[in-house]
Amino acid sequence: MSQEADGQKVDTRKRKFLIAATSAVGGVAAAGVAIPLVMSMMPSARARAAGAPVEVDISKIESGAILTIEWQGKPVWIVNRSAEMLDLLGKHDDKLNDPQSEQPQQPAYCKNPTRSIKKEYLVAVGICTHLGCSPTFRKEVGAADLGADWPGGFFCPCHGSTFDLAARVFKNVPAPINLKIPPHQYLSDAKLLIGVDAKGA
Amino acid sequence: MSALQKVMGWVDDRFPLTATYKAHLSEYYAPKNFNFWYFFGSLALLLLVLQIVTGIFLTMNYKPDAELAFASVEYIMRDVEWGWLIRYMHSTGASLFFVVIYLHMFRGLMYGSYRKPRELIWIFGVLIYLALMAEAFLGYLLPWGQMSFWGAQVIVNLFAAVPFIGEDLSIWIRGDFVISDATLNRFFAFHVIALPLVLLGLVVVHLVALHEVGSNNPDGIEIKKHKDPVTHIPLDGIPFHPYYTVKDIVGVIVFLMVFSAIMFFGPEMGGYFLEAANFIPADPLKTPEHIAPLWYFTPFYAILRAVPPMFGSQFPGVVAMGLSIVFLFFLPWLDRSKVKSIRYRGPIYKTMLALFIVSFIGLGYLGLLPSTPIATIFAQVFSVIYFLFFLLMPWYTSIEKTKPEPERVTG
Repeated sequence: MSQEADGQKVDTRKRKFLIAATSAVGGVAAAGVAIPLVMSMMPSARARAAGAPVEVDISKIESGAILTIEWQGKPVWIVNRSAEMLDLLGKHDDKLNDPQSEQPQQPAYCKNPTRSIKKEYLVAVGICTHLGCSPTFRKEVGAADLGADWPGGFFCPCHGSTFDLAARVFKNVPAPINLKIPPHQYLSDAKLLIGVDAKGA
Repeated sequence: MSALQKVMGWVDDRFPLTATYKAHLSEYYAPKNFNFWYFFGSLALLLLVLQIVTGIFLTMNYKPDAELAFASVEYIMRDVEWGWLIRYMHSTGASLFFVVIYLHMFRGLMYGSYRKPRELIWIFGVLIYLALMAEAFLGYLLPWGQMSFWGAQVIVNLFAAVPFIGEDLSIWIRGDFVISDATLNRFFAFHVIALPLVLLGLVVVHLVALHEVGSNNPDGIEIKKHKDPVTHIPLDGIPFHPYYTVKDIVGVIVFLMVFSAIMFFGPEMGGYFLEAANFIPADPLKTPEHIAPLWYFTPFYAILRAVPPMFGSQFPGVVAMGLSIVFLFFLPWLDRSKVKSIRYRGPIYKTMLALFIVSFIGLGYLGLLPSTPIATIFAQVFSVIYFLFFLLMPWYTSIEKTKPEPERVTG
C-alpha cells in the first residue's frame, strides 16, 4: 500500500513499522525509568535494619497479666497465663477456626495446644490478622459484652474479631487466621529474646 | 477602538481569550430550568479552590515527620497567626466537599445525567470521586493522631488482603513493615502534589466533556433538539453568564453561611468532622477503643465489615467494597429506561432509588458504630439492596412503563 504526497510515494508499511518500533523502544525506556521510582518506595535500608531482636525481662509480669513491648514497630504481647487460664484453653476447640494451629502462623516449636515454648507464657504479635488493629486484652471470663461463654482472650475493637488466650481466632469473626507467634527464645528464666529462634530450633 | 478593545484584540490574535470566554461562559447555553440541585457543581469547584489555597498555607507550617507532625498541627492551631482558622477551613472544607459531591451525584442519579450522551462526564466524575477519597484518606494521616494512624493501618491492610502479592503490595505502599515516618512522608507527597494535580486534570476533562454535549436538566430532555432557526441557540437555553453565574453566587452565599457556622461554632461536628481520638498522638502499640473512618467513608466501610471472611481470607470483603464503587462506572449502560429524569419514570425506579439512598445512609450510619451481630445483619441487608439497585437495573428500568417526556423543558 502506498499513497501520494507531494508527488512522492509514501511507503506506509515502512511508516507504520517505524511508528511501532519507536513506540516500543520509547515504552521500554519509560518502563526502565519507572523502575527506580517504584523501587524507591520499598522500605529503605534503614527501615529494613530496624527489625533487631528485643530482650525482655519477664520476671515482673504477674500471673494473669500482660506486658506489651515493641518489636519491629509492632506490639508484641507477653501474657503470663494463670493455671485457671490454661485450664480453660482446651475447652473451646470446637469454637475455633484452627485449634491445632495448622496455618503456619507460629514457629514449629510453638505448634502445640498452648502455642508457646513455656506453657504459661504466651508471646504473640498483637496485630489482628484481619486489618491490622491491635486487639484489647480481655481476660474477664464471661464478660458481659462478649457473651457468657467468653473464656478470656483478645477482642479487636475495630471489627469485633476475637481470639483466645493462645491467640487462636474464634469462628465467625472477620479475622481469618490465628495471630502470629514471633520467633523467640528464653535466654534464662527471666529473660526472653524476641525476634530470633533458639539455635537448632 | 478603545484601548481595552485594542489590548483584547492583541491578546486574541495570540491566545483564544474571547473565544474561550464565549464558549464556556457568555455563549455556553444551559437549560433554563435548573433547580436547587444544580448548585453543587459550582460549589464543588469553589471547595476545590478553597482546599488548594488553605492547603498551601498549611504546608508552610506543617512538618511531615512522625516526630514532629502532631506537634506542628498543634503549633498551627495555637501559635501561628490565624493558623486555627486556616486549618478549620481545610478540615471543614474536606467534609463539606463530600456533602456537596454526594448531593451532586444524587442529582445525576435523579435526572439521569449519566445517560447517553453524557457517559464520559459521569465516568470522569466517578474518577474525581475516587481521587477525592484517596486525597481525603491520605490527608487524614498527616495530623498523626491515633485515628490517623490506625485508620491508615486498616486501609493499607486492605491491600494486604489481595491474594499472592498483597503482603508485598502493602509494604510497598507503607515503605515500611508498619505505618511509620516513611509512610507519613510519602502520604504528604501524594496529598499535596500528586493527587491535587490528578484532581485538577480530571475536573478539566469533566468540564470539557460537559461543555461539549451540554448540560442535562430536571426534565432529562435535550435542549439542543429545538434551536432557533436563525441563531442556532437552543430555545430553552440561557447563557451561563450572567444567568447562572448570578444564580450560583446566591448558592455560594448560602453555602458559605453554613460553612462559617460549622467552622466557627462546631468545627469538630461532635466528632464527625474531626474525631476525638485524633487529639491523641499516634501510638503504634494501642488501638483506640472504637475506631471508625470519617463519615464520608463509612458506607463502604460497613460493606467491608458486612462480608464475612471466606476461605481463610478477608479478600471477599475488600472486593465487595471495591465493587460498590466499580458499579457506578457502569451506570450509563445498566439503565435501560426510555426516559432519563425521575419525573417521567414509574414507581419501580422511584422505589429502587429510595431504597438505594436509605441503604447508603443506613450503611453510613452502621459504619460509624462498633460491630455487633445485629448491626452486621442490618449492614448485610443494606449491602444486598445497594448491589441489587445496580444488578437489577437493566431489568427494572426496561420493564417499567414511563410517562411521556415533554418536547420542551417545563420550568
